[in-house]
Amino acid sequence: MAAKQKKRYVMVIDTLLCIGCGDCVVACKMENEVPDGLSRDWVVEEVQGEFPNLHVEYRSERCNHCSNPPCVYACPTGASFIDEDSNITLVDPELCTGCKSCVAACPYDARFIMPEGYVSKCTFCMHRVNDGEDPACVSVCPTHCMYFGDLNDPESEVSQLLKQRQHKTIAPETGTDPNIFYLT
Amino acid sequence: MPTSFNRRDFIKIGAAAGIGTAMVGPSLFRRHPTARTTYPRQQGDLIETSPTYCEICFWKCAGWVHSKNGKPWKVVGHPEDQHSHGRLCTRGTGGIGAYTDPERLKRPLIRVEERGEQVFREVSWDEALDYIAHKLSVIKETHGPESLAMFSHGTGASHWKTLTKAYGSACITAPSFAQCRGPRAAGFYLTYGDVVGSPERTDIANSRCMVLIGSHLGENLHNGQVQEMGTFLANGGEMIVVDPRFSTAAGKAKHWLPIKPSTDLALILAWIHVLIEEELYDRDYVERYTTGFEQLKEAVATNTPEWAYPITTIEPAVIRETARTMARYAPATLVHPGRHVTWYGDDTQRSRAIAILNALLGSWGREGGFYIPQTAQVPEYPHPEYPEPSWKMCEETQKIFPYALSPVASHIRDMTVAPPAPDKQVKAWLVYGSNLILSLPDIEKTIQAIQNLDLLVVIDIMPAEICGWADVVLPEATYLERYDDLRISPGRRPQIALRAPAFEPMYDTKPSGWIVKKLAAKMGLSQYFPWEDDEDYLDWRLRQIGSSLDEMLEIGVKTLPSQGPLYFPPGADVTFNTPSGMIELYSEQLEQYGFDPIPVYRAHQEPPAGYYRLIQGRSPFHTFARTTNNPILTELQDENTLWVHPTTAKDWGLETGQYVHLENQDGKHSTFPIRVQITERIRTDCVYMVHGFGHSQKQMSRSYGKGMDDNELVTNVDVDPIMGGTGRRSNFVTFKLENATPMEAA
Repeated sequence: MAAKQKKRYVMVIDTLLCIGCGDCVVACKMENEVPDGLSRDWVVEEVQGEFPNLHVEYRSERCNHCSNPPCVYACPTGASFIDEDSNITLVDPELCTGCKSCVAACPYDARFIMPEGYVSKCTFCMHRVNDGEDPACVSVCPTHCMYFGDLNDPESEVSQLLKQRQHKTIAPETGTDPNIFYLT
Repeated sequence: MPTSFNRRDFIKIGAAAGIGTAMVGPSLFRRHPTARTTYPRQQGDLIETSPTYCEICFWKCAGWVHSKNGKPWKVVGHPEDQHSHGRLCTRGTGGIGAYTDPERLKRPLIRVEERGEQVFREVSWDEALDYIAHKLSVIKETHGPESLAMFSHGTGASHWKTLTKAYGSACITAPSFAQCRGPRAAGFYLTYGDVVGSPERTDIANSRCMVLIGSHLGENLHNGQVQEMGTFLANGGEMIVVDPRFSTAAGKAKHWLPIKPSTDLALILAWIHVLIEEELYDRDYVERYTTGFEQLKEAVATNTPEWAYPITTIEPAVIRETARTMARYAPATLVHPGRHVTWYGDDTQRSRAIAILNALLGSWGREGGFYIPQTAQVPEYPHPEYPEPSWKMCEETQKIFPYALSPVASHIRDMTVAPPAPDKQVKAWLVYGSNLILSLPDIEKTIQAIQNLDLLVVIDIMPAEICGWADVVLPEATYLERYDDLRISPGRRPQIALRAPAFEPMYDTKPSGWIVKKLAAKMGLSQYFPWEDDEDYLDWRLRQIGSSLDEMLEIGVKTLPSQGPLYFPPGADVTFNTPSGMIELYSEQLEQYGFDPIPVYRAHQEPPAGYYRLIQGRSPFHTFARTTNNPILTELQDENTLWVHPTTAKDWGLETGQYVHLENQDGKHSTFPIRVQITERIRTDCVYMVHGFGHSQKQMSRSYGKGMDDNELVTNVDVDPIMGGTGRRSNFVTFKLENATPMEAA
């Protein structure tokens, strides 16, 4: 039996189309029932230049599901782990003691403590992905600026986009090998 | 006999006296996960869906409401829906917050006097509706039924409109006309004999060049248009954005023209000049379909880019280049007509100029410009003829504003203060989902009008400011808890959508269908509401087109057969609904009323030294003042900020994050302070804030005192003489730095 190839799920976000409307943030909150005051994704607005020569970039940000994840290394109980069939980084609430080591280790500030005491963050909506759906944020984006797929599949839309378009990642210097890519 | 008052005090809703009980209703708004898990969907969860269309804004996107194990979960777009294409916007996605907001109106309230103080008493529906029925019968006897005015914004208003007509009044208005898109309707109607409509007939998805003039698509999150803008940009469309602010759209544009505010018409005339001078216009289209070209050519002969430069601060070369860009892609060039266009009082003329520019580009009725919309035809439920009013408000309005295509809300307000004749008085208002205190400029006059009324009934979801002035407040169920009439709106295909209740109404709230039918019975008007209930009403209408309520509950959205082409066939003869049957570049209709037959630029007031023009706009997180207490959406934005250029900030010693008060040219001081946001994204001669904040109702704890209400600073109103629009952008503010401390957190 041929070994099933492991997925490398990535998100590709086109900053030329993103309008910073926050629909991704609300869709995630609703889908994942994230408690008041907390969120798994957020939008960054960066303004460069001086009037009238200006550039604005909006970025929808979240856990980067890094291929080299400092949060997983920092976890003393094994609660933070990478899903075995993919690169999706998850937290097992039963094992999490809420020690916040991972919160401190994450360069993207993507993790937070739930009211119940365990750590939470973006799961790439794994429950949806397992059903063949896009993550909630991707599925709702009104400008269609977000793409989700398997980078190990050279034919996938995300692979093609990264081949064709200029892109960047956030804080690559930290060596995390992030899996959220921004088209510029 | 109900107590009557000769004067109303503003009542804070929480000061309710009487039968107050502990808060009731199921705690359906808990959103904490019930299990210790990261995954929201477990095996064995019972997921139920029901169809709706959104009421968080006027776009009315169709979607599916999901509940999980009997509790509200989420609302997602309906894939077949041409308003949303399966994707709701930020506000619609957070729509459940309207349902879960614990500060909603909960029970009917009646104003009473107790120990010399006016308070609201919680009453039963029977008592509230008896009170209204009695008052309306006295008013009908004393002043005639025509003295009832109805203000509406939202779908549930349809029932109240029926009641108003059955009672004998034709005075039905919506602030969305004279306070928002009316000038566009008049300008396009005068030119093409047709309106742009809602959703707009803009063919953005197929455009190759789009011009936005003050319109900030992307911040105003008109879902279908924003989605099409995404398609347009992904296809490499060239955008030209005219805005004193580097809007989100400007950030996506090839050309940003940071125009001096109030001078847009000069720029548009210069563009028209260039298209004609350089013979870049669509000659065949102009010859075939338009009249008045020679007069237009002559009228704009002096409107050169060099003429426009000192007025607009846009360089002649840029004006020429952008005009040529438009011509290059024509007819797939869309000069967007905007939506909230009541700015300077000459807004119909500016909309006319935009209509004319589109005609020169040949974009009306052409792919990538404006398509020909299609609307489903669904017969009305039969009812007796409405009584004929002895006088009609729209006729009174049109004596003053000849192209008021709808009664003008601000004019009805004014006529309530000063009636046109002793026998033409307005003595009662029904206000549905329309917070007139924040939406009509000149708040003092609005309050003066309210003091002249014998009855003010407010139907709302939230304790909006207008409720504080009401005699009776009726708490409506949210869109997630009720049926409403079918959504029948124009689009590329005829399409209908159903809204069905996903949840039982919380508290003692009721759907308008139920409220109005019960009230009509008390008023002896039941014959106008001959159906059993909402379900019977909807099923009858649906059966007339071969559908049924059962079918629509299953499918939510139904697309009907196409009615014809979306664009003028090449070389086709087209008759326009204008007196000449042509597109009227020169308007004899306007000339006949003494208005400019071709738009003419006239300078507007300038800010005095030390003052800045106040401009307002939209946020993608909120719908005007309607959603600023929504617990989900306030997490994204709970106050507005004041955009200030760094030079201005330096002059005043301002820092980002600091709270300031503002005072306008008439000495009107802001009630609440606003946080300064220093940004390069705005000119030095204006400041900017998002509309809808600075609520003064303490019972809306998430919005009370958060940010500033721009409307209270709009005391100078430039009225559009053609259609009665209320231009609000000739108000100038200066900084008041003393005692500007933010409101204490609630």
